[in-house]
Amino acid sequence: MSVDTNTVKKVANLARIAISDADAEKLAPELNNILGWIEQLGEVDTSSVEPMTAVIPNTLRLRDDVVTEGGARDAVLANAPQGEHGFFTVPKVVE
Amino acid sequence: MTDLTELGIAALRDGVRAGSFSAREVADAFIVKVSKAKALNAFIVETPEHAIAAAREADSARAAGRALKPLAGVPIGMKDLFATKGVQTTAASHILEGFTPVYESTVSQKLWDAGAGMLGKLNMDQFAMGSSNETSAFGNVISPWRRKGSNSALTPGGSSGGSSAAIAARLCPGATGTDTGGSIRQPAAFTGISGIKPTYGRCSRWGIVAFASSLDQAGAMAHDVRDCAILLEAMAGFDAKDATSLKLEVPNWEASLNASLAGKKIGVPAEYLVDGIPYEIAAMWQTAIDWVKDAGAEVVEVSLPHTKYALPAYYIIAPAEASSNLARYDGVRYGIRELPEGANLQEMYAATRAAGFGDEVKRRILIGTYVLSAGFYDAYYTQAQKVRTLIARDFELAFQKCDLLLTPTAPSAAFALGEKSADPIAMYLNDVFTVPSSLAGLPAMSVPAGLDPAGLPLGLQVIGRPLDEQGVLDAALAIEQRAGFTSRPDAWW
Repeated sequence: MSVDTNTVKKVANLARIAISDADAEKLAPELNNILGWIEQLGEVDTSSVEPMTAVIPNTLRLRDDVVTEGGARDAVLANAPQGEHGFFTVPKVVE
Repeated sequence: MTDLTELGIAALRDGVRAGSFSAREVADAFIVKVSKAKALNAFIVETPEHAIAAAREADSARAAGRALKPLAGVPIGMKDLFATKGVQTTAASHILEGFTPVYESTVSQKLWDAGAGMLGKLNMDQFAMGSSNETSAFGNVISPWRRKGSNSALTPGGSSGGSSAAIAARLCPGATGTDTGGSIRQPAAFTGISGIKPTYGRCSRWGIVAFASSLDQAGAMAHDVRDCAILLEAMAGFDAKDATSLKLEVPNWEASLNASLAGKKIGVPAEYLVDGIPYEIAAMWQTAIDWVKDAGAEVVEVSLPHTKYALPAYYIIAPAEASSNLARYDGVRYGIRELPEGANLQEMYAATRAAGFGDEVKRRILIGTYVLSAGFYDAYYTQAQKVRTLIARDFELAFQKCDLLLTPTAPSAAFALGEKSADPIAMYLNDVFTVPSSLAGLPAMSVPAGLDPAGLPLGLQVIGRPLDEQGVLDAALAIEQRAGFTSRPDAWW
């Protein structure tokens, strides 16, 4: 299957990466090249194979349902590009 | 007096313990060396104060007659993928420029608890995506090695290329690396040093900037096998903060090192003799087969029939996981924000990510988003995970016939910067020998074996069963003793 510039723009939108028309033109053949290469996986018969979920057998642990940490508001906000009054701030989302 | 920067981890540790030199003398010697090696661009941030503080603690402990910690007196380099409290951590990406963690990664904390000091944060491929260190937002790392009679800049390998370049140039005796598809082993091979990726789950991933979580694993890079064992012992161990961390004691890998391979069976996978493999690499591999026989091992041929599918499976799984992991860089919580005039929230996300991520990172996020999108998920992602099961099964079957596998680490010696950057697939093929064991979560190590005709280092890879780091280290030691690799790059920087 082949990826056109419209598909590139759609995928970039899903990934929340702004791209120009020129970027999309450049990326389409690049992505096609990579996707064409990985499509060789289709020739492997996997009809009786389960997809891998854990590479090394391990059991998920449960812990007691108690508060372990918290109250670190200032530390959480310390690297925010913009924070005010103890909150992250973003452009207005509700009109 | 000996140049302390020539010494490895074991020699520095033992020398400080014996009082042959002080930890402060060691730290000062490396700090000077780092400050004079800007041309290599191996460090993003230098932290002499951290190394000096750890040295002071070691020296005062010794003066007071207290027991010294396992890595007391040893300053190391930290790949910039590990969150370090109060020290900028960027994953070599512009999107995290200025990010100063308020917490410490588990692996780096373990190293500080063991007495190590930090010389600085090491450059790398952006978000560990790359095999040549050409994707860093802070510029290429230059290998200290050059081809005979040439001044052209070579790659130190990637993604842990700052680590490999710094160790090969003796700017630090050891460093952390991370390995998702070969990012410890390939740079180690390219620069004539040793590097081990342990079994998936041995080292905590907590505080390591995530790339592909089912593959990412921290490991040790150093001059030689013993030093890797020492460093890895300090890094490994259970961590409740990582759900995939293995709840197992850390073995005494260094104390148990044994270069005799008597009674061991070493498998040579036929499929790794790929088309177009350079003569000198095939020849070196054959020599290594003789070395392990000399060390007492029996060599058997094994088959890993799905080897050729490992790279395409990896280039579905790793980008898929990356597209999910890197969704967190949104310009809200940390890192940079790009807010065009009048932009709404969605436009801010898109502008921030367009400005912050490098081209290779964007390419992988787009591939990952595509293969996970509705209608394509089963054809790509589920199929890749099934193929991954088959690759892991190949190894299981091989390990019924042998204890360890011996292969080259990379299909070439270091290439020139710029030589492969125009063709992503040519670059991806560099990891052909390292990706399969990553997909299977196995411990694997690269050890220097010799030089190619151009005078560049070549590495051999030993792959072990899950949790058999000891077997991997022992076989690597047997090779190291027979290779007698002492070549060093001329100090042009």
